[in-house]
Amino acid sequence: MVAMTKLALDGAHAAAQAMKQINPDVVAAYPITPQTAIVQTFSQYVADGEVDTEFLAVESEHAAMSACVGAAAAGGRVMTATAANGLALMWEVVYIASSMRLPIVMSVVNRALSAPLNIHCDHSDSMGARDAGWIQLYSETAQEAYDNLIQAVRIGEHADLLTPVMVMQDGFITGHGVERVEVLDDGAVRDFIGTYTPLYSLLDIDEPKTFGAWDMYDYYFEHKRQQTDAMSKAMKVIVDVGREYEKVSGRSYGILDAYGMDDAELAIIVLSSAAGTGRSTVKQLRAKGMKIGLVKPRVFRPFPADELVEALRGVKAVAVLDRSISFGAMEGAGPLFLEVCAALFAAGIDTKVVNYIYGLGGRDVFPQHFEQVAGDLQGIADSGKVQSLVSYLGLRE
Amino acid sequence: MAEEKTWKETTMGGVVLEAGSSANYKTGTWRTLRPVHDMENCTHCMMCWIFCPDSAIVVKDGRWVAFDYDHCKGCGICASVCPAKAKAHEVTGKEGKVIQMVSEGE
Repeated sequence: MVAMTKLALDGAHAAAQAMKQINPDVVAAYPITPQTAIVQTFSQYVADGEVDTEFLAVESEHAAMSACVGAAAAGGRVMTATAANGLALMWEVVYIASSMRLPIVMSVVNRALSAPLNIHCDHSDSMGARDAGWIQLYSETAQEAYDNLIQAVRIGEHADLLTPVMVMQDGFITGHGVERVEVLDDGAVRDFIGTYTPLYSLLDIDEPKTFGAWDMYDYYFEHKRQQTDAMSKAMKVIVDVGREYEKVSGRSYGILDAYGMDDAELAIIVLSSAAGTGRSTVKQLRAKGMKIGLVKPRVFRPFPADELVEALRGVKAVAVLDRSISFGAMEGAGPLFLEVCAALFAAGIDTKVVNYIYGLGGRDVFPQHFEQVAGDLQGIADSGKVQSLVSYLGLRE
Repeated sequence: MAEEKTWKETTMGGVVLEAGSSANYKTGTWRTLRPVHDMENCTHCMMCWIFCPDSAIVVKDGRWVAFDYDHCKGCGICASVCPAKAKAHEVTGKEGKVIQMVSEGE
């Protein structure tokens, strides 16, 4: 383990700090709340000469991701950051980045999509991009946002993957909440990420190549199959990079974080910052004798079906908390719930699973909400009956 | 086209490794109208060669040689810009320009 500095940083500044130490070749970005602090802070690093990065202050997020694609095709190590409507405006190019196999790393500070206009946290932005071919890592804390960004560089650039990575943190809750963050030495980050040697480069004038070429019914299908093959290899890479990072940082990163699951009969699954509230509530409930655990997936893409099935084996009732809605899905459920159901069904496990939509547009989630969920789960486990497949936490009914 | 590769064999992300390989792509199959040429009345002015957007006019030593039907998409620009006249076109038999368009099936 190398020397570390303890800093008081909010999530956005922790992400900017990681970007500074990664020192990417190119950053093209456009500010949007609550991500602005990342781009603003990073641009100051550029102005102060603390990084070697070519910083492109573009006119929109569509241009930001387009510039990232060009720079990554040229062979650069490329990063950007966005949130909510900015990610929505990137949409077209988000797919192009992954399809061209460009390992861009993007910080997403989760924020609700308009309308009505809202700047606070929910996961509708990144969940909307869940089929865009990017690896998705969700961070609970500023520390995780920092650690995940550094690991994302190695994950995306792995020769088996060459796939872009989004690193999420919760807008305002994590993004603007100051925490103690342990920061690695610059040299340790530099050694960990190494140098990036692109498979192909647009700047290779001795052997010129074409990127983003015409790809019809004779080859497009094969290229999509390659992308899904990369996703199937990503889980191992994420685990391997996590192990290596633990040696450097002393902090352990896997696919998911399971708390109290060894003897759990009830389980709550939740992403990102709400897992902290959930874990402390679960801790108190366990102290009272309730056999309940909490699972926080760190990785949503690729979806950790095997790992979740393993964690949930033997559990009598499961609650999946979603901070977004897949409108028109079964009973208006959220994406995490739907994928958990699919994973359990495919594994032949008929545990009762219910869904709670929470926290949309930054609505707070409190310990009493988790207590309510735990009570519901106990009722389901005792009766074997589900009263409501999809419920809402903290909604005025 | 060369023999089609499987998803395990083809390049990642559809990167084309060979420069200038679009010439291997036979776009002539897209054609519904086909340009035809009357050599006897051609003045070799090269207007068709200048305007052809697909470089499908084959020229040698300053003289019109042939259409490259593997790449000609049948847009008709050559026939439109052709200034030379034929009394009875050697392919269509019709009075008109040296380059005329006929249906691809004819």
